[in-house]
Amino acid sequence: MRPETRWAYVFVLPWLIGLVLFQLGPMLASLALSFTEYDLISSPEFAGTANYARMAQDPKVAVAIGNTVLYTALHVPLAITLALGLALMLNRIGGRGAGVFRTIFYLPSMTPYVAVGVLFLFLLNGQAGMVNQFLGLFGVEGPQWTTDPDWILPGIVLMSLWNLGSTTIILFAALRNVPAELAEAAMIDGAGAWARFRRITLPMISPALFFVVIINTIASLQMFDQVYAMFFGNQVTQQASGDSALFYVVYLFQQAFQFLHMGYASALAWVLFLVIALITLVQWKLGGRLVHYEAGERA
Amino acid sequence: MSRSAAAVAAMLLLTACGGVGGPSRPAGESLTTMGFGLPDEIATVRVDAFKKAYPGVTVRINEGAFDEQAFLSAVASGNPPDVVYLARERLGSYAARGAIQPLDDCVSRESIPTGDFYPAARQQVRYDGHWYGIPEFSNSIVLIVNDRAARDAGIDPASVDTSDWDRLAELARKMTRTDGGKVERFGFNPKLPEFLPLWAKANGADLLSADGRTAGLDGPAVVEAMTYANRLVESQGGWKRLKAFVDTWDFFGARNPFAEDQVGMMLGEQFLVSSMAGTTPDVAITVLPFRGRDGQPVNLVGGNAWAVPKGARNPQAACRWMKTMTAAETWIAAARARQDKRTREGKVNIGTFTGNARADETIFGEIVRPSGKAPFDAAVRTIRAVQPAGFVVPQSPAAAEFRKAWEDAGTRVLLGGQKPADALGRAQAEAQKAIDGAAS
Repeated sequence: MRPETRWAYVFVLPWLIGLVLFQLGPMLASLALSFTEYDLISSPEFAGTANYARMAQDPKVAVAIGNTVLYTALHVPLAITLALGLALMLNRIGGRGAGVFRTIFYLPSMTPYVAVGVLFLFLLNGQAGMVNQFLGLFGVEGPQWTTDPDWILPGIVLMSLWNLGSTTIILFAALRNVPAELAEAAMIDGAGAWARFRRITLPMISPALFFVVIINTIASLQMFDQVYAMFFGNQVTQQASGDSALFYVVYLFQQAFQFLHMGYASALAWVLFLVIALITLVQWKLGGRLVHYEAGERA
Repeated sequence: MSRSAAAVAAMLLLTACGGVGGPSRPAGESLTTMGFGLPDEIATVRVDAFKKAYPGVTVRINEGAFDEQAFLSAVASGNPPDVVYLARERLGSYAARGAIQPLDDCVSRESIPTGDFYPAARQQVRYDGHWYGIPEFSNSIVLIVNDRAARDAGIDPASVDTSDWDRLAELARKMTRTDGGKVERFGFNPKLPEFLPLWAKANGADLLSADGRTAGLDGPAVVEAMTYANRLVESQGGWKRLKAFVDTWDFFGARNPFAEDQVGMMLGEQFLVSSMAGTTPDVAITVLPFRGRDGQPVNLVGGNAWAVPKGARNPQAACRWMKTMTAAETWIAAARARQDKRTREGKVNIGTFTGNARADETIFGEIVRPSGKAPFDAAVRTIRAVQPAGFVVPQSPAAAEFRKAWEDAGTRVLLGGQKPADALGRAQAEAQKAIDGAAS
């Protein structure tokens, strides 16, 4: 082995140790736990595939999957469309204002998720929340966002759009890398704004779009903090929503720490991992057809 | 797989969920608590009493509310606190799984006078014939009436009688006030689904058998109670609207729902009354017993308890701590400090309601003095009067699942998703399955 390679391994070693100790090791252990009955206190007892079989018969799992998938289907396109709109606006701002606006757009990302959850519980309150007060200005009687099962999920999607900072900044960076001469050439050829956006901008930023679609999808499927703070933080809030806000990871957490079914929770975690891996794989395959890489390579 | 390896793996499985019991320490004369804080003189005086009695024990109080994830992680990793402060209703689940230790030896070795505790508190800290906790405070449920709302409805607030369910429903409707689509006053908040055990008891039914092994959620009296309480809510505007309104209330502040005329009547724990005595001593309320349909007071009692986790390093000090913190003499000293402080501040003191009947005798017989604020002085008498009627939902090996089953059923009914009989039938199946599974 060449000295440079040895040194490369030395530098990578801290990360490798962390990966094995805190990621791979626990993942494998949780895989083993998913085949056991384990309550955190007593020794695990082998249960075969009982936990996986139980998932198929557990109606709450179906509810949690339904809520999570619906949320993902609503959140991801909305968040990326809005973030792209914000990034396009940022891209048009020049001078000193650009930095200020970039900072302002990113600030919500710095807000703790739990604080955002609690804040939106107030904003979305059907009786006195500012969202309904705003709708009232237009003569619209707003729904009971936090107590009506039909409106709880849309309310959560609305809340999720608060934090678009990271996605916006990634797309903004991609927009900055679109060569101006391409748009100029298209203009000379008579291309309008929409045609330039569709034929030049979108293909040029498609790798970034592909990336944010994947990370937003994964984050949506793992949604926990805000929803838990809003609807499951204490007994009183739990009573308000029924199963309307029961997301998959929330249910996983309840099984692990509320009901002490750690083996079952491990099985739930592994199924989520496999589903996310599968979705990412599908996205990757689809992305290969849709994403344009300047160097000519494709995903 | 070894248990400790499994525990570490399980903790790391959910990486978003950190927190254990603190750094390792050598065993010795130290005592670490979890779930307990020092917010006022009731806590500090008692802690000082322990430090004075056992000066060789170093007390480490990890302030903050009980967090089951942190607690279980600490127990599983073999680094638990010595003593934990938690809601009594949780004890059964933890006892059944061995997360907390039986305290029979502690009780006999330290001669803890368990006969001093109220019967309901005593029952709630026992599981399978063993002591698993030592009770602290005792919360009673009373009916708090907004005098103004009662007079608006043409009734003397002192004459409100919850045993006549038809008249109660009529009164609730009269007290409710709406403006357009908005609720301005919630006539009668029955506190569903949280107080379903109280409504069931008022109708002569228990949710769980005395041994904690047989659920009775789908019994006709329970279904009738749920149906009635749900109709109460429906007749006042429906749960979705009312819950959103309740979420805007400032329960413990100067703008509490009684001071703001946002509620006509409400079932609530006595600490709501205590809070109002501090924040709004001139509020016009009448505190009454909640009576069952047979006319007798019904009182669902709750509160916290001390327990010793599995693997606690200093169980002896923990036992002495629990004894000292809940002894009649300690409570009396704390109550005296509270009375002195409130007197100096010119504030109303309705007393400290403990799980120790002997302490309460002295506190309310010798220490708490009439404040001159008639509603609160009368409230003290009412709360004292309902204490003997206290009952609890018995401990069960699946206490958390059991509670979740009936709470979810209540929520489904309130949200219009299911009829009471169907919701409670499903809850019965879920609860019994969980109990059977945990007991096997």
